[in-house]
Amino acid sequence: MSYLRISVLLWFSGWAALCLAQPDVEKQWQSRLILAEDGETVELPAGRFELTNTLWLDGKRSVTLRGAGAERTVLSFRGQKQGAEGLKITNASDIVVEGLTLEDSRGDLLKAQQVNGLTLRDLTAQWTGKPRKTNGSYALYPVQCQRVRIERCTAIGASDAGIYVGQSDSVWVTECLAHHNVAGIEIENTTNAWVWNNTARDNTGGILIFDLPDLPKKRGGRVLVWKNHVLHNNHKNFAPRGNIVAKVPPGTGIMVLATRQVEIAENTVLHNRTAPTAIVSYYIAQTPIQDKEYSPYPADVYLHGNTYSADKCRPTWRHRLGFLLWLKFGRRPPRIVYDGIADPSAPYARICLQQNANGSFANVKAAQGFKNITTDCTPHDCSLPLLPRPE
Amino acid sequence: MTALYRFCPGPNRLCLAALASMAALMLLAAFSRPDAPPKPKQRLSEYGFFIGPLADLQPAEGVFAYTVNAALFSDYAEKARFIALPEGARMGFRPNGPFDFPVGSFIIKNFFYFNDGRKPELGRRIVETRLLMRETNGWKALTYVWNAEQTDALLEVAGAELPIAWTDASGKRRTLSYQAPNLNQCKGCHATDGHIVPIGVSAEQLHRNGTPDGSPLERWSAEGRLEGADANTLAAITPLADYENPNLPLDARARAYLHANCAHCHNPRGPASTSGLFLEATQTDPMRLGIGKPPVAAGRGSGNRKYSIAPGKPHESILLYRMEQDDPGIRMPELGRQLPHREGIELIRQWIRHMPM
Repeated sequence: MSYLRISVLLWFSGWAALCLAQPDVEKQWQSRLILAEDGETVELPAGRFELTNTLWLDGKRSVTLRGAGAERTVLSFRGQKQGAEGLKITNASDIVVEGLTLEDSRGDLLKAQQVNGLTLRDLTAQWTGKPRKTNGSYALYPVQCQRVRIERCTAIGASDAGIYVGQSDSVWVTECLAHHNVAGIEIENTTNAWVWNNTARDNTGGILIFDLPDLPKKRGGRVLVWKNHVLHNNHKNFAPRGNIVAKVPPGTGIMVLATRQVEIAENTVLHNRTAPTAIVSYYIAQTPIQDKEYSPYPADVYLHGNTYSADKCRPTWRHRLGFLLWLKFGRRPPRIVYDGIADPSAPYARICLQQNANGSFANVKAAQGFKNITTDCTPHDCSLPLLPRPE
Repeated sequence: MTALYRFCPGPNRLCLAALASMAALMLLAAFSRPDAPPKPKQRLSEYGFFIGPLADLQPAEGVFAYTVNAALFSDYAEKARFIALPEGARMGFRPNGPFDFPVGSFIIKNFFYFNDGRKPELGRRIVETRLLMRETNGWKALTYVWNAEQTDALLEVAGAELPIAWTDASGKRRTLSYQAPNLNQCKGCHATDGHIVPIGVSAEQLHRNGTPDGSPLERWSAEGRLEGADANTLAAITPLADYENPNLPLDARARAYLHANCAHCHNPRGPASTSGLFLEATQTDPMRLGIGKPPVAAGRGSGNRKYSIAPGKPHESILLYRMEQDDPGIRMPELGRQLPHREGIELIRQWIRHMPM
């Protein structure tokens, strides 16, 4: 009896101590990040920690932030009061973050800006519960970074993109899993990116390669999307309107928007109901373009050796493109959809297709009001030089 | 020693002695440099910025007050601002961006609330004092949190959360969990190209015409505190409007408000350069200002609205939506604002409403 009482008492007091200690833990960790010496490894212990403020690492070199594993060290930002991110890393070089779970921040879960050399490894970044439009925007969000490696990470529930790399150069995304986001993996205005061996499933769109106007870093390109599994990306689009991804139709596998030099090779793209692969210009977004340096056309896109599913499916009715495809093709929509809007000064934008299993094609001629849709792919029977493979 | 032997091969004692004396001289020089950078202190009182009771904020010799034309809104906190220059040193005028400051300078900003905003004579509570300290290789930001007795303030590296209650100017009782920033959060606003810089000590914020005392820049030049600001230079400055003055043109007030409250991040070299939304008072490109500009990575910050600014339609403008919200993932500015600034929101609403469509 007394043993039971003592153990209950101990359990309660331990629990109470943990609850009381949390603001101190938060302050202590933030102090450690501020005072970290270059080259230091900051270890975060196992446990579940409720944080109310952004944890922020700034201006450091060669600092590693290491948890006890994604299952064991969990940082929840459910009660966040200040700061738009969970973990933020800025103006730094050679930073490693590994073995952690980040949850339920108000804005992004992990944002890294102006970091030269960033490795995110064995992380889980998620909004718990059902996918909701009140979830934050990006789970893992490096922007204006160089030499980014994202390995063995999981991103769940982002109301914009699970793994989003923007305005960066030299990027690896590999062995990651993105599910129940609006966009699984998005590479935007980024050069030299390798996205391979990932799984993007049950998002609205699986893998998006975008170039957008009005940004400091103007042009992306040289993006390899290779050997990924892009499955069942049919989720309802729950992005807040105004954002470009709010326009992505449910049922999108891989989408290339206005980007050049993109190679999409040897991916397995199954059961994405509307557009398993879409190659489109920025005009499809129907947003006026004022950026004079911006080119809204995709070009030099090479799709080869991909495998698509042969089964019947009905394109979504929740999106104009899906509805049009359904009207035209019924339950056998093309697996590769091109909007057909090419640069008038270079009408032969090279969109090349080779040896895609079940890779039926349609040019929907969006500029002509989707009226002269053609499935003739002879203009696209070409090949392009391969992009370098990751080593 | 191996390095020494490399310079002085063989048993050349004279050479060794010469090197040793050189090293000693260098050491001596390092310790007695007149512009040796200041060190952060644990207590605000240790700097000696103020004379008399600390809470009276009476500047000591070499410390002087300044005010800005358009203030950053910080949860209705009042501010008392000072500059401390090393003896005999001057600030260097610059037409754009913050002035140059000699090593050893401080910029001092005290945040306080009147107990009763209708009757300032009933006293105030100083919450925190932020310092920008000019070191040899740049600026350092430091935050000091005041004790309840108002006798001193202590250095806080990781920030602090402080419950505050006061009566505002309209007589309403208000409470707030005041957030003193951590060192990185200081940089969240005070960063250009990733380095800490001052914001308010710039020509457009400090220069003003038609005040009884003349421009502070003229006064400081005459007092030997500022160099490089002659009459021609001053004439070329376009001061920011006082956005609280309803007699000034709406556009000038709104642009001054955005400059003071947004442009420290929203400029091409600031932390919000990723957004492509640039709100400096000198910005002339309508797209950069957000007019008809779709968001980039706003996520749910867009509030289902399509453009940063939809002319004539404040209720369709993301910029206004983010000013109104208090969710940390949506609100703007991201840091240092928990309460919506009603007067600022109203100003920007009017500005967008009157914008030609």
